[in-house]
Amino acid sequence: MNILIQMMPPTLMTAAPIIICALGGLFSERSGVVNIALEGIMLVGAFAGATACVLLEPSLGSNAGWVSLIIAAVSGGVFSLLLAVSAINFKADQTIAGVAVNMLATGITLYLCQLIFEQQRTVAFEKGISKIKEIPLLSKIPILGEMFFSNVYPTFFLALLIVFITYFVVYKTSFGLRLRSCGENPQASESMGVNVYKIRYSGVIISGVLGGLAGAILVLTASTQYTSASVHGVGFISLAALIFGKWNPFGVLGAGLFFGFSNSLGVYASMIPIINLLPSEIFSAIPYLLTLLALIMFSGKAVGPKAAGEIYDKGKR
Amino acid sequence: MYNKKEKILVPLIAVVLGVLLGIIILVVSNRDFMVLFSSLLKGLTGITLGKAGINLRYPGELMVTTMPLILGGLSIGFAYRCGMFNIGSEGQVIMGSLAACCFGILVPIPTRFAAVVVLLVGALAGALWAFIPGILKTKFNISEVVSGIMLNYSGMFIASYFYKILPGSTTTRTVDLPVNATLKSDFFYNITNYSRLNWGFLVVIVCVILYWFIIEKTTFGYKLRATGFNKFGAKFAGIKTDRATILSLMISGALAGLAGALLIQGTFGYGRVSLAFDNVGFDGIAVALVGGCNAIGVVLGGFLFGLLKITQPLLQTSGVPREIGDIISAAIVYFVAIQYVILYFIHKKRKTKGESKE
Amino acid sequence: MEYAIEMLNVTKEFPGIKANDNITLQVEKGGIHALLGENGAGKSTLMSILFGLYSPTSGTIKVNGKEVLITNPNVANDLGIGMVHQHFKLVENFTVTENIILGREPKGKFKTIDLKSSRERIKKISELYGFKVDPDAKIEDLTVGMQQKVEILKMLYRDADILIFDEPTAVLTPQEIEELLEIIKNLAHEGKTVLLITHKLKEIKACATKCSILRRGKLIKTVDVATTTEATMSELMVGRKVDLNIVKKPLSLGKNMLEIKDLVVTSNRGFDAVKGVSLHVKAGEILGLAGIDGNGQSELINALTGLAPIKSGSIIIDGKDVTNESIKTRFDIGMGHIPEDRHKYGLILDFSLKENFIIHDFEESAFSHHGILNYSNIDQYANRLIEEFDVRSGQGKNTLTRSMSGGNQQKAIIARELDRSPKLLIVVQPTRGLDVGAIEYIHKRIEAERESGKAVLLVSFELDEIMSLSDRIAVIHSGKIMGEMNAKDATENKLGLMMAGTEVTEGNANV
Repeated sequence: MNILIQMMPPTLMTAAPIIICALGGLFSERSGVVNIALEGIMLVGAFAGATACVLLEPSLGSNAGWVSLIIAAVSGGVFSLLLAVSAINFKADQTIAGVAVNMLATGITLYLCQLIFEQQRTVAFEKGISKIKEIPLLSKIPILGEMFFSNVYPTFFLALLIVFITYFVVYKTSFGLRLRSCGENPQASESMGVNVYKIRYSGVIISGVLGGLAGAILVLTASTQYTSASVHGVGFISLAALIFGKWNPFGVLGAGLFFGFSNSLGVYASMIPIINLLPSEIFSAIPYLLTLLALIMFSGKAVGPKAAGEIYDKGKR
Repeated sequence: MYNKKEKILVPLIAVVLGVLLGIIILVVSNRDFMVLFSSLLKGLTGITLGKAGINLRYPGELMVTTMPLILGGLSIGFAYRCGMFNIGSEGQVIMGSLAACCFGILVPIPTRFAAVVVLLVGALAGALWAFIPGILKTKFNISEVVSGIMLNYSGMFIASYFYKILPGSTTTRTVDLPVNATLKSDFFYNITNYSRLNWGFLVVIVCVILYWFIIEKTTFGYKLRATGFNKFGAKFAGIKTDRATILSLMISGALAGLAGALLIQGTFGYGRVSLAFDNVGFDGIAVALVGGCNAIGVVLGGFLFGLLKITQPLLQTSGVPREIGDIISAAIVYFVAIQYVILYFIHKKRKTKGESKE
Repeated sequence: MEYAIEMLNVTKEFPGIKANDNITLQVEKGGIHALLGENGAGKSTLMSILFGLYSPTSGTIKVNGKEVLITNPNVANDLGIGMVHQHFKLVENFTVTENIILGREPKGKFKTIDLKSSRERIKKISELYGFKVDPDAKIEDLTVGMQQKVEILKMLYRDADILIFDEPTAVLTPQEIEELLEIIKNLAHEGKTVLLITHKLKEIKACATKCSILRRGKLIKTVDVATTTEATMSELMVGRKVDLNIVKKPLSLGKNMLEIKDLVVTSNRGFDAVKGVSLHVKAGEILGLAGIDGNGQSELINALTGLAPIKSGSIIIDGKDVTNESIKTRFDIGMGHIPEDRHKYGLILDFSLKENFIIHDFEESAFSHHGILNYSNIDQYANRLIEEFDVRSGQGKNTLTRSMSGGNQQKAIIARELDRSPKLLIVVQPTRGLDVGAIEYIHKRIEAERESGKAVLLVSFELDEIMSLSDRIAVIHSGKIMGEMNAKDATENKLGLMMAGTEVTEGNANV
């Protein structure tokens, strides 16, 4: 039981970037643009966040981390324009464009590292984003207090906030209705006066902002500098979480927590009977294998936005 | 739509634009862009500007890097011609490597025949790993892009584990394969100034010819292409489309598996424990796209991206960040992806040319 | 006389085509104005301009006397113009309300959508015009007729005064068509102006006051419907006297080429779409299967051709039981199939024309040897088919099929299927979307097959086509055969009743 309690804070830390990035993917796909460039966007966000933190820490101290998050989010948004322009205006195949953007991200971030820091990684920052030792009052709750409210990174609560905001925006506002209509039937949306191009741009840019934010959170909480191995597939795990969560904000929350938990399981495996017999690689593979299983179970029931991935051409009828 | 000229023009323009972008970035970041050209020259021919003599190690290593890339490109190209995007080729490369390595180390076979068997084992492993997205697509209508990505990572972790538990493995690599199970050649090693050039190029040549022949000339290729273009129309005509889809992916996977086997038997000679991708599969996407998914194009595309890769250490030692090679590669793929725009300009130019003639 | 709409000297050009050529259209307020023309005449394009989906290459538009620039559907809506599209533009998994308010969502508290007031308003409007629509129903659960009502509600919700209907009756039963025409007359009665795009003369006669006829992009004439005959309108539409009545040679029947016994087929949504159908077609006759789209025809044909599995029953072609045989076997035994959806099933659009010609027989010794294609034979064959069947294309046998016109694509399919001389020819909706010249040609060829002793099963949603071509007619409704009769005993009314589900017995047979 003790181990379970110990495992929660790292679970929450790992889950936060997954959830936030997956929510970004949700906005993009719900508008009709498949975004497999989430990995690349996270790289850009991680790089921007780490660099900003290193440069700002001398003057801003422990606030540097939070300011860096904002800078990273903006960088992600700007970077995502590459995908937006190619997929929406230039009618490129969204998967191919995504692959190109991912490749570009790796190249550009390391190139800039070389220019700025003269090595193939950033210089380490001091604090990044720190844990909160004890949240007043809540940390005193028996068991739950230790699991969720002590020694925990505030980024998880940020993720939770974004989940609720996403739910509200997507299901309760005009923008959300139009977003979803563009992902289901862009011709119908156009005929009702919705500007499909504008909505899809919004979807992709939001995914860029959230992806960049997620990337920075990943580096600033779990690491001390940005390297080529910093993001190591979390962008694709987020894609898996989006699918596993059935393109729904609360589903994504659950999926993210689940994947974060399986990661912690891998770290603590040696201390748990029976589980310690399994090779560590299984825990890393779980998110991917489970998503495959989930896909098989969902099969036949159309779950994703119907028009996602199709190139939208105004002239076609 | 496309006529023959446009099919060549688009990738060509994309390459020029990509290199141009690279030059602009270098200039803006105050690095010497001439280094880019001298490095490319050296990588291709072994000639160093200003010095006498040719260092054949560079073209040798160029071949070493290019061979798996061509196979990777054929893999993606084959699937694409059959209507699918086999992004799972990265995982199939990994499984091909794993199978080749395990078999080569564990199953002794006399003479060089071992190398052939190991190659086939690699191809088979790749084909089987590709069978999974195939059956998921036909039975459950799951996109091969999504299942491919999931299987890439799963494959990477599985391979990493198995490499570690092979007899004699350290935490980073396995033992060497017995020489007769590899494609290595002392002859090539010596004449190319100790590069790793190996017999793999024979495999590549055979695959390129088979690729062209199967797709263009056979009834089998006809069935696969029909299914890829229009599953319903093919079914209507009596073609067994589920079988065609799965076979297309399996052949694509076999090619990727061969690329993986080549890495083990030719490039390295042993297996490496790694939790990162080699990117042969992903780079195959770039190669196939730029090469227009036909046999000759893929070969040329393979050399192009191989060259960009091999110049990277040369660039780094001359003060130019090596990632410029990755940036140029990515830019080329990006420009091919937005070919609609490039075509638009070509058509516009043709129109004004036509009008000025009147 | 104030006109609700004036489109003055409007021209619309697309690369290579002049869809609308200097058209001047004037629509009176409060009337029902029909736009008549064949497929491709330019009616939909003209109305799309009015609705803001396209902008004209040149010309002006006036609404209620004022000159306007309609750049997108929102502007059209603001001017009071609404359009019910031929292919519904509805989001399937949204509710009726969500579809209606999309793009003009009323704001509630804290930036949310005020669903409550929307639902109230929708209920009110439906009652006013006599619709019965549940605002919370999901579109995917509604019938086609109901979905169309939602499309109409969309316009009325936005206070449209000028309503454009684009081929609204294509998907309705005769009874639903009557209902719709009543609704349209009601709307005009309430002061709305209605523009009706159609190629069905009977409907124009039933409710329109004026009719403008378009042909090949030009407006030929605007006539007063009450004083103009159907024959005149038809002649103006086509440009010459058209006789679609084919003089048929007398029947000369052979044995049964097709026997369907007690066929039951399950649709992919789980229910039985074909409920125990029995039919037969003899060599030398044409059996026409009439019915509204969606009553089991697709499932019946899919089962016949092997594209879908059978729950129970049997299919016998030329005496051989093919119930469990593969698609290829059926083609080899002597089946020919000209499918309903030529782009989805009939052709591989990204193949060249010659590659499409050999799709049934590419493994035969004529075209390949040991798995290797024999292109010189294939080229020869393709050239012959192109000449014999007058299939026109940009680069001959090497043309990319996608770039060919609809009529020539259909000719290519017909060439391929007929040249194989099938004993049983299954033809579904063969002339959909084609111009009169192509229609004449195809009807003649189907007749020729009948005369040369082949059996033909014709499935069509156009009663005129069924009645003019068939020797016998069967009607399908909800997966059951409502009745069979000789063509000379069939009347539109009898068929219409059966299509709507009423069995025709001796009692009401003399309707």
